[in-house]
Amino acid sequence: MLFYGVDLSSRLMLGTARYPSPAVLAEAIKASGAGVVTVSLRRESGSERAGQSFWSLVRSLGVRVLPNTAGCHSVKEAVTTAHMARELFDTTWIKLEVIGDSDTLHPDVFGLVEAARILSDDGFDVLPYTTEDLGVADRLVEAGCRVLMPWGAPIGSARGLNNIYGLRSLRAYFPDIPLVVDAGLGVPSHAAAAMELGYDAVLLNTAVAEAGDPVAMARAFALAVEAGRAAYLARPMEPRDMAMPSTPVIGKAALGD
Amino acid sequence: MKRLSVTVIGAGVAGLCCALELAECGARVDLVDRGHRLGDGSCSWQAGGMLAPWCERATTDPAVATLGALAIDWWARRFPGTVRNGSLVVAQPRDAADLARFARRTERFEVIGEERIAELEPDLAGRYRRALFFADEAHLDPRRALAGLVNGLARHGIAVRYGADLSPDAAPGDVVVDCRGFAARDALPDLRGVRGEMVVVRCPDVAFARPIRMLHPRIPLYVVPRGGGLFMIGATMIESERRGGASVRSTAELLNAAFALHPAFGEAEIVELGADLRPAFADNLPQVRREGRVLRANGLFRHGFLLAPALARKVAAAALDPTVSLEMTNADIPERRRA
Repeated sequence: MLFYGVDLSSRLMLGTARYPSPAVLAEAIKASGAGVVTVSLRRESGSERAGQSFWSLVRSLGVRVLPNTAGCHSVKEAVTTAHMARELFDTTWIKLEVIGDSDTLHPDVFGLVEAARILSDDGFDVLPYTTEDLGVADRLVEAGCRVLMPWGAPIGSARGLNNIYGLRSLRAYFPDIPLVVDAGLGVPSHAAAAMELGYDAVLLNTAVAEAGDPVAMARAFALAVEAGRAAYLARPMEPRDMAMPSTPVIGKAALGD
Repeated sequence: MKRLSVTVIGAGVAGLCCALELAECGARVDLVDRGHRLGDGSCSWQAGGMLAPWCERATTDPAVATLGALAIDWWARRFPGTVRNGSLVVAQPRDAADLARFARRTERFEVIGEERIAELEPDLAGRYRRALFFADEAHLDPRRALAGLVNGLARHGIAVRYGADLSPDAAPGDVVVDCRGFAARDALPDLRGVRGEMVVVRCPDVAFARPIRMLHPRIPLYVVPRGGGLFMIGATMIESERRGGASVRSTAELLNAAFALHPAFGEAEIVELGADLRPAFADNLPQVRREGRVLRANGLFRHGFLLAPALARKVAAAALDPTVSLEMTNADIPERRRA
């Protein structure tokens, strides 16, 4: 699986916020086998490198760091944060979030497309956090995005895949663009469902960080992602309206009469 | 037998508790601080002062609850201003799931309805249908509590020596206790700072008898009554070691949340904005480490007043007996010994 030319071995990506402690975070990442972790930059005062202690803890996990622009409400804020991230983490990757509404954390898709264009032109590899809207996805690809990350449901809501039909269309519409369901997953079955739709990976944070046992939940998600992916590759049967007996009836000995 | 002589460096909550615990064990204690008066340069000065071991279970290691449980009696015996009124946890109706989650992750509370809420906190009457009441918890005014410890030390003939910037290695004494908090990072490279911001307001229109926590997906808030119409509103938790004053964003969020808790806070007067760094290790639990005759007691994170008594007891035990395990678990909080 190639994201901007980088071969990623794990299809599970995890956020690093809201864990009981950095020690639990480290254990959970290890248990998940995640190859990519996202780190929020917005509030960690990048300009003074004041988040250094926490960032070095994250770096010491030995996984690829995907900085994000969580909490940015304008194009300018997001672009500034992305630049800060590129300098601090020495990576051109950026998970782009431009938030439109602070209660639902709904993406501001207009700002998102604009910021994606600015950053792509500037040499960034943009992974945009977006909705499942096809028109927006088209614009993001046109702006230079080579990975798309539609939400399953609002961030932290644990509601799973709100619009399976939309996510399925997106997959069919962009067979060659890596797609990641980002946000809204609550339990491992949600992650498995996303993978069964043919999504390339899932990204989540709260469902693991706020579980009673984050380390065990990280492992559970890893298993679900693996199961969902294997199921997709095995080409599941189509659902149907009538029963189909698992034992054929034709040719069975006729009894009675 | 010659009394054990101990130098304690740092007069924040950790240093004061350690000094008092050691003095009570009969040690000869010298307590020094590089600041010029009580609270100067200490993050304890910005603390909330909640003694809430069971609420803390929502986001922390179980050890915080077991170690913190002994803090309430410890403070009540040494500081008469310790208020044992419990604490109350509420959420806006749209965040009901957060209240359910909080209940799932904590213990020793009762779920109460409108009538009981109105009985406990008349100013919250009609504002919340459900709340969690943690009857066994307590709170105190951290600044008065620190002063209370200073008085307690004075009764042992110990005065804090301010303006003394001692290095632990060069300090005199049979044992040196390094309670410098985040400043001890020179000796504890794995210590990190977690920034916290708080606001103190004067709001004569509201009276609370106990700390109120309001759950919120983005801005969890607590309001601790300080008496005389004063309230401490806290606190942010940011993985940043930036020094300097409270940010506009944090302040706006805290005040907004307080306003949501009770509209009367909209009319309150801002008395103080504070910000500092909490010293923490990777597991957010305190530790005592030994290097020769130096004991380093640190990493209280956001649990200064809650966990300093357990830390102090461990330090006193380790100072008196070099063979004592330094592990901070509830099981091995040792009995008092005499120096």
